[in-house]
Amino acid sequence: MTERDKLIEVVEEDPPLPEDDRSPLMRLGLTVLRFLSAVAVPIVAFIILWLSFEWLRQADVNRGVIVLVALGVGVGGIFALYWAMDYAVNRMPEEWRESVRPWVFVGPALVILSIFLLYPALNTIWLSFLDGNSDKFVGLENYGFVFTDDGMLRAIRNTIIWILVVPSASVGLGLGIAVLADKLRRGEAFAKSLIFLPMAVSFVGASVVFGLIYKYKVFGAQTGLLNGIVQGFGDEPIAWLSQEPWNNLLLMVIMIWMQTGFAMVILSAAIKSVPDDILEAARIDGATEIQVFWRVVLPSILSTVVVVMTTMIITVLKVFDIVFVMTNGESGTEVIAEQMIRWFFRNDHNGRGAAIAVVLFLAIVPVMWVNVKRFRAEEAIR
Amino acid sequence: MTDLLILAAIFIAWLAVAAIAGMATKRMGVSRGSTDEEIWFAAGFLPVILGGIAFVLFRFALPSALALTAALLVTGAIAWGVGGKGFLRRMISHPMVKVSLVVIVVLWLIPTVGLLVSSFRTKAVVEAEGWWTIFNQSPFTEGWKDQWTFDHYTTVLGARNFGNAFLNSLAVAIPSTVIPITVAAFAAYAFSWMEFKGRYLLFVAVVGLLVVPLQMALIPLLRLYTSGEFFGMSTPFPHPINGTYMAVWLAHTGFGLPLAVYLLRNYIGSLPSSLIESAQIDGATHFQIFVRLIVPLSVPALASFAIFQFLWVWNDLLVALVFLGGTPDVSVVTQALAELSGQYGQFEHLLPAAAFISMALPVAVFFSLQRYFVRGLTAGAVKG
Repeated sequence: MTERDKLIEVVEEDPPLPEDDRSPLMRLGLTVLRFLSAVAVPIVAFIILWLSFEWLRQADVNRGVIVLVALGVGVGGIFALYWAMDYAVNRMPEEWRESVRPWVFVGPALVILSIFLLYPALNTIWLSFLDGNSDKFVGLENYGFVFTDDGMLRAIRNTIIWILVVPSASVGLGLGIAVLADKLRRGEAFAKSLIFLPMAVSFVGASVVFGLIYKYKVFGAQTGLLNGIVQGFGDEPIAWLSQEPWNNLLLMVIMIWMQTGFAMVILSAAIKSVPDDILEAARIDGATEIQVFWRVVLPSILSTVVVVMTTMIITVLKVFDIVFVMTNGESGTEVIAEQMIRWFFRNDHNGRGAAIAVVLFLAIVPVMWVNVKRFRAEEAIR
Repeated sequence: MTDLLILAAIFIAWLAVAAIAGMATKRMGVSRGSTDEEIWFAAGFLPVILGGIAFVLFRFALPSALALTAALLVTGAIAWGVGGKGFLRRMISHPMVKVSLVVIVVLWLIPTVGLLVSSFRTKAVVEAEGWWTIFNQSPFTEGWKDQWTFDHYTTVLGARNFGNAFLNSLAVAIPSTVIPITVAAFAAYAFSWMEFKGRYLLFVAVVGLLVVPLQMALIPLLRLYTSGEFFGMSTPFPHPINGTYMAVWLAHTGFGLPLAVYLLRNYIGSLPSSLIESAQIDGATHFQIFVRLIVPLSVPALASFAIFQFLWVWNDLLVALVFLGGTPDVSVVTQALAELSGQYGQFEHLLPAAAFISMALPVAVFFSLQRYFVRGLTAGAVKG
């Protein structure tokens, strides 16, 4: 009997977790403890961080030192926190440990999310039943507006087209680039960096960049590339961004340009994690590179493709800056998120803005459903 | 006449692409194909020639943009007709496919090149002519040098407080990247490998929160930060934390967490279960498994999320402005640059230079994290 077999035997001889023997009191204590362990982590973190910041605020020292201390507290603090919580869990009664531990792992994430996203989301849902100044309860009036207003209907139509075009284009291109770049012997990092570059351009930068391409001037020489090309062919320059409905496509190009880098990086990481031995086995069996891609690589990264697609759909649902900066939502280029910001911040009608936001929340329900099914299927086979 | 020139240009472009392709395939160390290569090259001529002729014909009836589109469609149709499925398959399997990578990269680069050129030209020239005009100028003509300037860069870098803003941006961006990754990695591990009640429900809720727009969160959070107001009620919040780095870190952590949990859960959940099981049999606790096994194995996923989170935080203006306060001593780079372009856009000509300066660090981060995207971390793990 080897060392390891002995170990296995020891594990197997251990009595099963006393799940059923627990008294009601103990179960209650367990629940309280779970709750505490989830909440205590962020609170302890908060107090420590708060104290150090109180000090930082009063300290009359060089900015560089403050920044260094802040870095130390922020980065070191979060690691120390989890270590300390695990230490505490290990000191608990043995039968409690394993049922408390998951909550130490997910607790901080849940607390932070509750405060920073769940609370605002609930707040938004509440606002969507109130009037423009959030004073009076108006029932479903704002939702009636969402589905009858001309601008909103155009926005819904456009958003559907965005969802159909942008994620598939970005993911397709990103996947293609990731696969091709993976095959290069040299220059992979270089090629990927160039595709990644647009991601690093801020939205202001992107608007300047595409101004250089779509710009139309009534007088003087054209400074937009497209009009330069058109003029080169001897045609009249075109005001690209007011050509309905094609201007929507031009805006989508900007989004694809910026987001393909995201798809590429994530998918590239997934492709690299496909085990080499499987690929080798397929090649030895005489599969061509295309067969290897379709039958081996793609099935093993399929869940990542779904993840990237989902992320893209949600990013597209939330897109508004491109529309704001390039066309200001004119010439039939409205999208849902842009309408939301417009009603909430520019027209100061909180109720309508919030109702549009709630429609956005609901739009991803089918996407999430697909995801859940995928995850369940995946866990069943791993 | 112009049309003939265009036709000639298309031929020359085709030949150039083929030549570059030949060289590139050699350079990239790709083994040369068999006779397929020549077949494909010859077959490629026909669609290109016919497409060019179609373009000239279309030009009589249509504006140039439409004619070009139609001609491209014709080219594609003929290409399909000539070789059918076999033609496309040959194209795909061919080393020339590497060339398509080059083509995409070049296409992707065009807008950035425009930005780069504009960032080095004087205001008057940028407004007067398109950036591509530099390609048909001879550097030997008189006055060629006058259009170039470094002034935009020196103005941006010399802006009041720029150095300070850079430090502040680092102090915001680094913890705002590390904290969400750490929190998300622990949560993702628990969601994939630990048993507890409501696991699926919680996970779906977390990912569902992806859709909450940041802008909807700003006002309620600002109220919470400054006066402790929660759902319209005041709470005994310890102290207004607005204006501290922590306020921004926590906000960025909150906004970045759903995506981080989602991406990392996908990666960590797909690691082979035999790995985790054998570690458990060897007596490792979940904490040990996470630190010794999961983190090293997830480096590509961690690195790719780190890049994006860093990027978003670095390019963010809104969150920093709202939660950090916007005073000069705590202003971040994006804020310094936004102030620079002037309230009425009178300094818009500085934007290209500013965009390049703020891009530099994220691109450097991307390059430095490249080496973590390596193949085969889990190779052989399954056998163990």
